[in-house]
Amino acid sequence: MSAPPSGPAPAASSSGLDPGRAARLAGEVARRDIRTRWMLSLPAIAIVTAAAAGPLLIVLVYSFLTPGPYGNVEWRFSPDAWINVVLQKDIFDDTWQWADAHLRIFWRSLELSFLTTALTLVLGVPTAWFIATRNERTRVVWLFLITIPFWTNLLIRTIAVMELIRNEGVINSALIGLGLIEQPIQMMFTDFAIALGMTYVYLPLMVLPVYASIEKLDFRLVEAGYDLYASRRKMFLRIILPLVKPGIIAGSILVFIPSLGAYVTPRVLGGGKNLMLGNLIELQFGQGRNWPLGAALAITLMAMVMVALLYYVHVTGRGRRWHG
Amino acid sequence: MHDMAVEARAVEARAVTKIFGSDDSAEVTALDDVTVSIRENEFFTLLGPSGCGKTTLLRLIAGFDHPTRGEIRLHGEDISHLPPYQRRVNTVFQSYALFPHMTVAENIAFGPEMLGQPRAEVARTVDEMLGLVRMEEFSARRPEQISGGQQQRVALARALAAHPRVLLLDEPLSALDLKLRKEMQIELKRLQHETGITFVFVTHDQEEALTMSDRIAVMNAGRILQIGAPREIYDHPAERFVANFIGESNLLRGELGVVTSATGTVTLSSGVTLSASVPDGAVRAGAGRTSGQTSGQTSSQTLVNVAIRPEHVQLAASPDAGTLSGRVENVVYFGTDTLYHLRLVTGEPFTVRMQNTRDGSPDARIGDTVGVSIRAGVAQVLQD
Repeated sequence: MSAPPSGPAPAASSSGLDPGRAARLAGEVARRDIRTRWMLSLPAIAIVTAAAAGPLLIVLVYSFLTPGPYGNVEWRFSPDAWINVVLQKDIFDDTWQWADAHLRIFWRSLELSFLTTALTLVLGVPTAWFIATRNERTRVVWLFLITIPFWTNLLIRTIAVMELIRNEGVINSALIGLGLIEQPIQMMFTDFAIALGMTYVYLPLMVLPVYASIEKLDFRLVEAGYDLYASRRKMFLRIILPLVKPGIIAGSILVFIPSLGAYVTPRVLGGGKNLMLGNLIELQFGQGRNWPLGAALAITLMAMVMVALLYYVHVTGRGRRWHG
Repeated sequence: MHDMAVEARAVEARAVTKIFGSDDSAEVTALDDVTVSIRENEFFTLLGPSGCGKTTLLRLIAGFDHPTRGEIRLHGEDISHLPPYQRRVNTVFQSYALFPHMTVAENIAFGPEMLGQPRAEVARTVDEMLGLVRMEEFSARRPEQISGGQQQRVALARALAAHPRVLLLDEPLSALDLKLRKEMQIELKRLQHETGITFVFVTHDQEEALTMSDRIAVMNAGRILQIGAPREIYDHPAERFVANFIGESNLLRGELGVVTSATGTVTLSSGVTLSASVPDGAVRAGAGRTSGQTSGQTSSQTLVNVAIRPEHVQLAASPDAGTLSGRVENVVYFGTDTLYHLRLVTGEPFTVRMQNTRDGSPDARIGDTVGVSIRAGVAQVLQD
């Protein structure tokens, strides 16, 4: 960076230049400085524009256009797509009604995402605690085992879950074989199947950040707590939980966001019936041939994710005060 | 030691052994058959180099670890296997271990709250403790917002707020700079005096131990070598390790002569005979074997080490006036006093520390031959 210093005024006045000229010079230098900085950031700005802002803008513009008969859009303004996110026109009497199907899918997506987050918390926090309290060599092995699923394709992992829970799958065959049940339990194509699949797929995203914050935990604080008569429950609530909270929140966000937009898991394990937001959006761009509605739904989903992220920033912003 | 039976004992360790590492390959004996009795309201110090087992003993008393063998008693009750939260002892940690997400006041309130004290009483205790350690105006700060010395005081207040019967302090001053450490030493003594609580203090700093303690236990390699008042330990070290770890000592070889109760005669290798203090152990280990003597008086021909403090001896007025004589090899001037490093005629090194009184006391230069006068009772026979 060869940018000249932005405050040469004192130097100029001390060398006997008249103040007016010095100010003009300083202004010129400052302008050049700003120009240099812009030039240097140009590549980054170009990439962000082309790869992130541009496509998003196209999605936003499409959401305000009229759907074409065979997909794509017609360049005519229409607010219908946004209205159709939550409302629908009755086919017979043209009155506006709540779009029950959409609202159900929104609700199911939120419900299943919260459920998945809760399940990964219940399973992930003890797992992370277990790993973080092993000795250093064993820890590496456990962490390695946790990350192995990342190397496998998401579809294949989902199909593996299907193999377990379908009517002729491992669980039902075993239960029937043991004589515990006569008819297979219907697990496939239910919300349970989707929640199970997402919990399995996203569990590492919970374990890793929680592990990181437990590993940072100073266990002398735990000793201090026991020394000061804390019961195990009080110890967890008053000392451990507040200190590992940033990790728990990070893990929850990391699980919640992809759950909300999940596509493959509800598609495979929920069949065609139990749609989630991701499937609904895909539907509009495929069979539905309503790209503006798909675009509007996509932006709605993004807004929901943004709210979750802002909450995260808000909470960890406070937490960072004592986490260096 | 028999008179201690009638005294109140705050903490007792009976034949405590602690072995770390369950697989035989990595077994470490941190404490080896340690027995110690700490009195009520006493400022008791465990002193020793790092790895000597002093912190392990403290952790056994606190309940963070449990003895492999032997027992720990608190006011007569066996607490060896009780968890920390079932013992009325509290710890001031070396790292302070203040809860970073709580304010100073919340840290101090933690113990009383966990003990289930009512809200008003907790608030009163916190105020009282803040006053005791003079931290009133910092009650709303977080630990990271106050200095190391202040954190130290909060750690003390937090431990005292739980009203322990015994306060354990694990090298609490080691992280402070010298000036602050001196202040806190006085502060700690004041707190112990005001609260009347038994303090068990762990340190590797001999000066700290000497200035603060009622009694000191000197530890090395998992064993307690000597227990006694600071003056007793300094003036009458029982073993070579104690003599060298606390202060400096000249060590000379000699033959133990006649021993009458606690004193005896020692003939040094130069042929000079001195009168010296003899600890119980040395009599037992050395002359005790001879039989047919009247009780309390024994004699034998045992080789022993004799310790003589550099400041307990003086340069004699003339080379042949003293008990010993040697050549001056080095002179180190310290302001208040001067160290003379001598080589005795026997070849043994010997140091004399002379106070610089400016009243014409004997002076010597490198190469001079000088005499050293040793008063009776200054020499100390060691057990090993």
